[in-house]
Amino acid sequence: MRQLDLRTPLVGIDSVDHEARLLRLWETSPGLKGFLTSVDHKQIGIRYIITAFIFLALGGIEALVMRLQLAGPNLSLLTPAQYNQLFSTHGMTMIFLYAAPVLSGFSNYLWPLLLGSRDMAFPRLNALGYWIYLASGLFLYAGFLTGNGPNDGWFNYVPYASRDYNPGLNEDFYALGMVFLGISTTVGAANFVVTAFRTRAPGMSINRLPILVWGTLTASVANLIVVPAVSLAFFLLWMDRQFGTQFFNPAGGGQPLLWQHLFWIFGHPWVYAIVLPAMGMVSDGLPVFCRRPLVGYSLVALSTVATMILGFGVWVHHMFATGLPGLGLSLFSGASIVITLPSAVAVFAWLATIRLGRPVITTAFLFFSSMILLFVIGGVSGFMTASVPVDWQLTDTYFVVAHLHYVLIGINLFPVVGATYFWFPKMTGRMLNERLGRWNFWTMFLGFNLAFLPMHLTGLLGMPRRVYTYNDYAGWHALNLITSIGAFVLAIGVLLFFVNVLKSLRAGAVAGKNPWDAPTLEWAVSSPPPPYNFAVIPTVASRHPLWEEHLDQGGATSSIDRGMLLDEGKETIATSGLDAVPDMVLEMPEDSFAPVLLTLGLAVLFVGLLLKAWLTVGIGGAIAALAMLAWFWPRSELREREPARG
Amino acid sequence: MVEAALSKPENLPVGPTGRDGVGWWGVGTLIVTEAALFGYLLFAYYYTGATAPAGWLLETAPRLKLALPNTILLLLSSLVAWWAEQGILRRRRPQALLGFGMVFLMGAAFVAIQWLEWRSKTYSLGTSSYASLYFVTTGFHIAHVIVGLVILLALFSWTALDFFSPRRRIVVSAGVLYWHFVDIVWLMVFSTYYLTPYLGFGR
Repeated sequence: MRQLDLRTPLVGIDSVDHEARLLRLWETSPGLKGFLTSVDHKQIGIRYIITAFIFLALGGIEALVMRLQLAGPNLSLLTPAQYNQLFSTHGMTMIFLYAAPVLSGFSNYLWPLLLGSRDMAFPRLNALGYWIYLASGLFLYAGFLTGNGPNDGWFNYVPYASRDYNPGLNEDFYALGMVFLGISTTVGAANFVVTAFRTRAPGMSINRLPILVWGTLTASVANLIVVPAVSLAFFLLWMDRQFGTQFFNPAGGGQPLLWQHLFWIFGHPWVYAIVLPAMGMVSDGLPVFCRRPLVGYSLVALSTVATMILGFGVWVHHMFATGLPGLGLSLFSGASIVITLPSAVAVFAWLATIRLGRPVITTAFLFFSSMILLFVIGGVSGFMTASVPVDWQLTDTYFVVAHLHYVLIGINLFPVVGATYFWFPKMTGRMLNERLGRWNFWTMFLGFNLAFLPMHLTGLLGMPRRVYTYNDYAGWHALNLITSIGAFVLAIGVLLFFVNVLKSLRAGAVAGKNPWDAPTLEWAVSSPPPPYNFAVIPTVASRHPLWEEHLDQGGATSSIDRGMLLDEGKETIATSGLDAVPDMVLEMPEDSFAPVLLTLGLAVLFVGLLLKAWLTVGIGGAIAALAMLAWFWPRSELREREPARG
Repeated sequence: MVEAALSKPENLPVGPTGRDGVGWWGVGTLIVTEAALFGYLLFAYYYTGATAPAGWLLETAPRLKLALPNTILLLLSSLVAWWAEQGILRRRRPQALLGFGMVFLMGAAFVAIQWLEWRSKTYSLGTSSYASLYFVTTGFHIAHVIVGLVILLALFSWTALDFFSPRRRIVVSAGVLYWHFVDIVWLMVFSTYYLTPYLGFGR
């Protein structure tokens, strides 16, 4: 069959025949084969979310064990060595295996729906990102479960992470696991960047993007630039430990501070990477319950990008106490103070949206709006430590622990739970229970504040972090007990959330297409959406395609029911980067074994590196190479080559 | 009733055309992240060198006898890669095959000469932080060259199988772009390790 080089896509409306045709093209086959090969962004997104929530539960249990140990002075539930592994694994789990992947999950699920597309730009890469996340998470936890978990904090400073002081496999598991996980983050970020610029619905110009897209796009650009820093740092550490290099060893002319620079050049932008998409969820979700558009859309979008740009230049505020020159410290201190300005823009935009709207109090609204309060508290304590003298007083105390939990739980977990209440109906077709939701919210909110608000005081009273116990004459007893009680209340709240999810999956009220009367494209399709998302490609004429009637902004309206049919193959539309003018029909890849096979090869390779079993490394590398060859083999269905001649 | 803004594009290209396609953007993101990786490697060099006591450099005047010709060889291979891509663009398959074959040989020669260069060093991986940085940074680059060689081999075979035309060749353009990147990054590594000592850095 001759392939046409140019085509004028048919425009029409949905029909039963048309849907059947699309379903045949897009549906993943059932059973194990479908599970292993699926490239459907919705399936991948849900897998990311479930896996991340499992890691959240594990990290939470680790925290509870530590809070038992710290509930009173001189307790001996844990040995110092066990405590070291627990707090390090807790940090690693929450920051790397929960906070970022859960946002990738939501964005993977939502992006094509928000953008009016049928999938991400690189569906197979999307599957690869998930599989590597899973494999590297298992790799890291294999270390923990065999008594070889990280034991030097998630930031893993040398020299304690060096072999002389840490001879076990602990740091090797952590170092190699992080390099492995970095591949997942990087391919995911690449996919988001290209998807944002190339596969949007016609008419969705860059000033009509939902803020969630701005948030994840910004975070992804940052990830492309900064993830190599941490991967390199961990790789060099592994070389130092196993091959006698001298990168961090002063005796060999190495520079221990190089570790801290490389780690925080990554680490601080990463903090923004795990909050900006969550802030985007609030910016998109909150206005729905305020029954009006977000106030200051352009300012919020620009401040998202501005936060990230400034965020590249603040890493040294993690290193104020390392003896760097004063001029350097003042520059980084200044940047760390200035960065509060773009963050404040978002806060005022949310407050104005609530003030000018007619709020409908739902559980999702409670989570989104309470996040504003937690964000302000976490922001102010961060602003305090941006000042060098204050930081010298507070560094390595529980004040910093309180700060970072306000930031990470406040700006990541609360929006994520809110987002689950908001988008669960879309993902499953059922509503989460609102009554249980109130219990869920208030238990989490009160428990969280009970645990972490007094912790600021614990820090001001001088209690150092990362220490497995304390003396009874220090006066920290009551505060620690309150924190421990709060931690358990918070955990009950999270448990109620899981209970609600499991119960509502079976017994929740059935949700229609658009149970919240929300304005964006994902609510124009059925709940859950069909494998192809949109039967016809919508054309977007405003920022709120489903609110055009009551916003009555004049001008043309969006076209949801009529559009390009694109049912001659597994196809979607590519559009230009800024104005979203259609410029290409994209042929999308079928389900494929290549991503899971490549992950398997890499997993074997990393296990081989860990054990320094070079034959295993070779086998893993060969599997990975074959998988990549199969992946990149040019295919005429994808128009990567000419059809076979003759 | 307001008019709906319905998009009805005509005569759209189907699939990647020339080098225009999502894959091209994908290789672009790969290059950004890889460039960042080399940026951090060089940062590690400059930071460690700048904060080290005098005498950090193990070679105050690095020998250019092998490294300079090898650099020129790699840069020339980029030109040949461009010429090979032109062969696909102009439907001259023998030119493309010859080109990819030549680039492959030039790249392989670069790796061999770099191996000799490594062997000529009087220090080894664990001698000092300078030595570790030298071998690991150039090692990272060699690894990228080897990946590039595998890509060139694939492009050569696919061209031999007559897969490509001026229209359907995004894989070729992406692979050649990656080769250019590997060459340009070497220029940075070479300047850092072989030229800045002559300017006095790290003495």
